[in-house]
Amino acid sequence: MNRTSDVLDHVIIKFAGDSGDGMQLTGTQFTNTAALLGNDLSTFPDFPAEIRAPLGTLAGVSGYQLHFGSVEIHTPGDQCDVLVVMNAAGLKANLRNLRPGGIIIANTDGFDPKNLRLSKYPEGVNPIEDNSLEGYKVIKVDVTKMTRTALVDSGLGIKEIDRSKNMFVLGFLYWMYNRSIDNSVKFLTDKFSKKPEILDANIKILKAGYHYGETSEEFGTRFIVNPAKMPAGVYRNIMGNQATALGFIAASKKSGLDLFYGSYPITPASDVLHELSKHKHFGVRTFQAEDEIAAICSSIGASFGGHLGITASSGPGIALKTEAIGLAIMLEIPLVILNVQRGGPSTGLPTKTEQSDLMQAYYGRNGEAPMPIIAASSPADCFFAAFEACKIALEHMIPVMLLTDGYIANGAEPWRFPKSEDLNEIKPVFAKAPADGEKFLPYKRDEKLSRPWAVPGMKGMEHRIGGLEKEHETGNISYDPDNHQFMIKLREEKVEKIADYIPKLKVETGNEKGKLLILGWGSTAGAIKGAVQRAILEGYDVSQAHLRNMRPFPSNLGEVLNSFEHVIIPEMNEGQLIKIIRDKYLIPAQGFNKVQGLPFTSGELYNHIVDYFKNS
Amino acid sequence: MKHIFNPKFSVETAGGNGSATLTSKDLQTDQDIRWCPGCGDYSILKQVQTVLPELNIPRENIVFISGIGCSSRFPYYMETYGMHSIHGRATAVASGLKATRPDLSVWIVTGDGDSMSIGGNHFIHLLRRNFNVNILLFNNEIYGLTKGQYSPTSEMGKVTKSTPMGSIDHPFNPIALSLGADATFVARSMDRDPKHLQEMLRRSHAHKGTSLLEIYQNCNVFNDGAFFRYTDKESKADSTLFLEQGKPLIFGSSNQFGVMLDGFTPKIVNLEEGTVSTDALWVHDEKDRLKANILSRFFDNPRSEHHVFPRPFGVYFQEERYCYEDALAAQLKEAKDKKGEGDLDALLQGRDTWEIH
Repeated sequence: MNRTSDVLDHVIIKFAGDSGDGMQLTGTQFTNTAALLGNDLSTFPDFPAEIRAPLGTLAGVSGYQLHFGSVEIHTPGDQCDVLVVMNAAGLKANLRNLRPGGIIIANTDGFDPKNLRLSKYPEGVNPIEDNSLEGYKVIKVDVTKMTRTALVDSGLGIKEIDRSKNMFVLGFLYWMYNRSIDNSVKFLTDKFSKKPEILDANIKILKAGYHYGETSEEFGTRFIVNPAKMPAGVYRNIMGNQATALGFIAASKKSGLDLFYGSYPITPASDVLHELSKHKHFGVRTFQAEDEIAAICSSIGASFGGHLGITASSGPGIALKTEAIGLAIMLEIPLVILNVQRGGPSTGLPTKTEQSDLMQAYYGRNGEAPMPIIAASSPADCFFAAFEACKIALEHMIPVMLLTDGYIANGAEPWRFPKSEDLNEIKPVFAKAPADGEKFLPYKRDEKLSRPWAVPGMKGMEHRIGGLEKEHETGNISYDPDNHQFMIKLREEKVEKIADYIPKLKVETGNEKGKLLILGWGSTAGAIKGAVQRAILEGYDVSQAHLRNMRPFPSNLGEVLNSFEHVIIPEMNEGQLIKIIRDKYLIPAQGFNKVQGLPFTSGELYNHIVDYFKNS
Repeated sequence: MKHIFNPKFSVETAGGNGSATLTSKDLQTDQDIRWCPGCGDYSILKQVQTVLPELNIPRENIVFISGIGCSSRFPYYMETYGMHSIHGRATAVASGLKATRPDLSVWIVTGDGDSMSIGGNHFIHLLRRNFNVNILLFNNEIYGLTKGQYSPTSEMGKVTKSTPMGSIDHPFNPIALSLGADATFVARSMDRDPKHLQEMLRRSHAHKGTSLLEIYQNCNVFNDGAFFRYTDKESKADSTLFLEQGKPLIFGSSNQFGVMLDGFTPKIVNLEEGTVSTDALWVHDEKDRLKANILSRFFDNPRSEHHVFPRPFGVYFQEERYCYEDALAAQLKEAKDKKGEGDLDALLQGRDTWEIH
């Protein structure tokens, strides 16, 4: 058969199936291989909150979207080109995101009457058998049958056999996109080194999927996606939560302080705990506390003892930590509080993403309790944001809030990782013993308005700190009215002073002056950049700037805002940054808001930009 | 208790101690003490300042951590390192401190509201983890700082500002609670017996693991006399049972009463009647968890007409068990022995990389 190979710039594949179908693994394996081949990429795992929701139901669909290409990739993509579905529910949940003419690869066994009923198709309707999918190219494969046939002599039970189904799909896609299976063979060999029969079965099925593509005459076309032109250097693939953990460890190394991480399991922050707990040989102490409050309080204890204290959670857990954050603000000790934001309020949407905790980070405490806030913009940026949060905490003696979200925490992208020698040094300022006859002053300030860090064990600097208002310099309890107002101002000024130590805001895309500025923060960076680049190509006068220092803002933010006629602020919330910007800079910024538990697509943002120009 | 020298934060030269001349006065701060005149806290502060110098710990290696409440002002009056943290959380703060700094002598000062109510969760988890720290639980059976509401240790029927018709809350038994959480050292003392309190402080310090010392403390403003039965000269001997390792359980103004065990049931016997010899009495054994549990139930309401048992003071139970911070340090060491000191560049690089030219 004469087969052709089409060269594509970029492809979006969505894998969907039951949460037990191994779709996350299939997706990550394909991703890692794409990364090793030099594609730029971005991923978006999308899984149900239930660990094992009832089989075959819409609630149990687990998805993994991968966008890879030979061009610059900013997001996991809007509409997918290829939809791989292991069952009817996977199709039903994702069909609306498949582009017209897209490819559906369907496991026919997942479309039996039971699956059709569970996914609520009307009686007698089977979408892959009737003509309802006419606008798409449907590739039907009985993956279950072929897997079982291939492993009939393996000696494995039917349950174990069926668990390798996903390898068939992976092998088939490797064939379709001209990719070698070697990387996944290597992965499986490591993973199942102690279970040779499972290893053999998985490799056999991986190969079976690949060969099926080769020998079956159904498919005339294979696709080629060439390596992307990315800046020269050595790359790896990285997920956001993993990058955050690495950023913390790097900060520990660069500051010379061992890391203590007090945490209570919560989605989607737990992976940071898992990652850190693997690196004890870096002097990392992880402490799974009895609750969120103990998690932060133990980290405060560790900081008090001279370690790099870090705690993490997601929205509801941060709410529980609130009082202790206030304590850390009063103590003026270094501490990093990571909030991997998720859909709220209350328990909300634990596995979905949102940016709705900015106000909580800004104002969510009793009393006048300002603290610095940093927000990461992409999976790899989580590393740098985490590092910077630690640096500010340690060098300014202050608790810092680090915001990421479910989207970038679980998403992955290629990362041109830094060398340790290229990272900034972090210099905590420990107290020096007072001269003879002089009293140690625990709240005496330096030029950053930071106080000296005297740690138990340092002789001659014994002192007491606590949550009660302090007298300036001595740190003694004080109820003096003037002192209180003075200290309130001083703590605020200390936060504002950090602006002298952080980079100015740059307009990243487009002109530095003009008609429209899209100002974003956090995980929307990729989608905004894609939309703005496209609009510029089409001649619109639009620019993009992205905030990572949320408090204090870069000192030139006002200038940047005033260089444009209009400012649009897209956020995955009801408009939180926009309130702060309006309050502080008195400009009539407009919001563009989406609160669906899902990230923005570039398409949505692009359309909004075009609408703006149409209406203005 | 052995102190590990921590070079990073110590300006001492190795072997130096600097505390040889430490006196009780060296532990006093320049802050005015703000407890009400006559408060039982004064005595506890004095006994702590008396005992600590004997322990030969450099002052800079001692940390007092408290929560919120009257007792939690304690750290401000100790010339050591200290933190007055938030309500109920001193135990959690101390856990993080001890996990990272096993070299420090860490003392937690808490009250019945702080540790039994708002901080109940951290309290039990600290006990099960067995960090090597000391808890001084000031129990006055009332909320003092908030001006007189009933506490989780107040007796049923207690009339307070928040319970004008009497409390309907069944009280906690801190000793039984601690034993239930697998505490490795459980003891009780009182503010008005300085000698006994000093001895219990020494024992708390000497125990490696979490030491729970409940101290009956009189709040002379909101709950005056809650423990007079145990502290007043006239009633003390007949109402209290002082536990001593290896000694039979005997109490009374003329040592006329003894405690026997009939199976698992404790019985009070009158030794003067001559029917029971002291050889037949229950001999206290701190290592016996089961008997400690029975002793912890010597907790009947002294105001009740059915009141039978004297209230025990002393060490109920003590056992050696690994401490969390030691196990944590051992895991770090094991990881380093196996993988070598962490290499940041190797970590950043990860397993699979590719190069773009």
